[in-house]
Amino acid sequence: MAHDHAHNAPPSDTAMRVKALETLLTEKGLLDPAAIDALVDTYENRIGPRNGAKVVARAWTDPEYKKRLLENGTDAIAEFGFSGVQGEDMVVVENTEDVHNIVVCTLCSCYPWPTLGLPPIWFKSAPYRARTVIDPRGVLEEFGVELSEDIEVRVWDSNAELRYLVLPQRPAGTEGMSEDELAGLVSRDSMIGTALADAPAG
Amino acid sequence: MNGIHDMGGMQCMGPIEREENEPAFHEEWEGRVFGMFFTNFAEGHFNVDMFRHGIERMGPAEYLETSYYEHWLHSFETLLVERGVLAEGELEEKIASLREAGG
Repeated sequence: MAHDHAHNAPPSDTAMRVKALETLLTEKGLLDPAAIDALVDTYENRIGPRNGAKVVARAWTDPEYKKRLLENGTDAIAEFGFSGVQGEDMVVVENTEDVHNIVVCTLCSCYPWPTLGLPPIWFKSAPYRARTVIDPRGVLEEFGVELSEDIEVRVWDSNAELRYLVLPQRPAGTEGMSEDELAGLVSRDSMIGTALADAPAG
Repeated sequence: MNGIHDMGGMQCMGPIEREENEPAFHEEWEGRVFGMFFTNFAEGHFNVDMFRHGIERMGPAEYLETSYYEHWLHSFETLLVERGVLAEGELEEKIASLREAGG
């Protein structure tokens, strides 16, 4: 967040600092502002958790795909064309009747961009990074996920290379639903592990 | 390397604050900083590990008081000066001249 200083007039100190840096690098011929426009557009409008939801819905409906996904997440996800920066080495972890998975990056913000887009602020925040590894059930409760004591909680701390995606459990009562409809039940948080997949409406 | 960034297991950080329908970028400058990661990387000014280390070398108080993309900005500034892409003080001079020109 930008700091609101006493004078509080735009641009903020940080915005000005960024503008100055971009201007300098542009003047030196080291930066093309249009390239930055395109990157911002891509991550604002084209890449997000709908990608991951398609992967999950496919895994729910196609056992062969699910097998490939759990064996080699990177390759199986690339079947959708989702690959590249921050998704080079993907590991998919499956929630079951007995196991619930939750993903954190204690050191910073590692997150699978091609399938989930950019991480929300809470994922990058000190409280989430600090507490998830020491009190995962407490964190899950804060997110409204209450698990019975006999469910094992596995916490995956991303490192500099690996990115994790949680494969949530398919909700009950979804037997007749199409892959597209199923994808609509898969929230971003359910693929981080801080939520379950949504129940079908009605 | 241990440091303030190594937050796993720390206590008393407070509740996790969430935001509904969060945008990719909350301020325009955040998107510019995000994009500059790619352009700086493409120009060969640093690799990802150097970039991370630039954040991890921040002073602990500053690290805790600044936002995520301010961390990125800090790392760019550190590395670009260390690599000789920017001279010491060059950014401050540019800020002053932009302010003089009316922002």
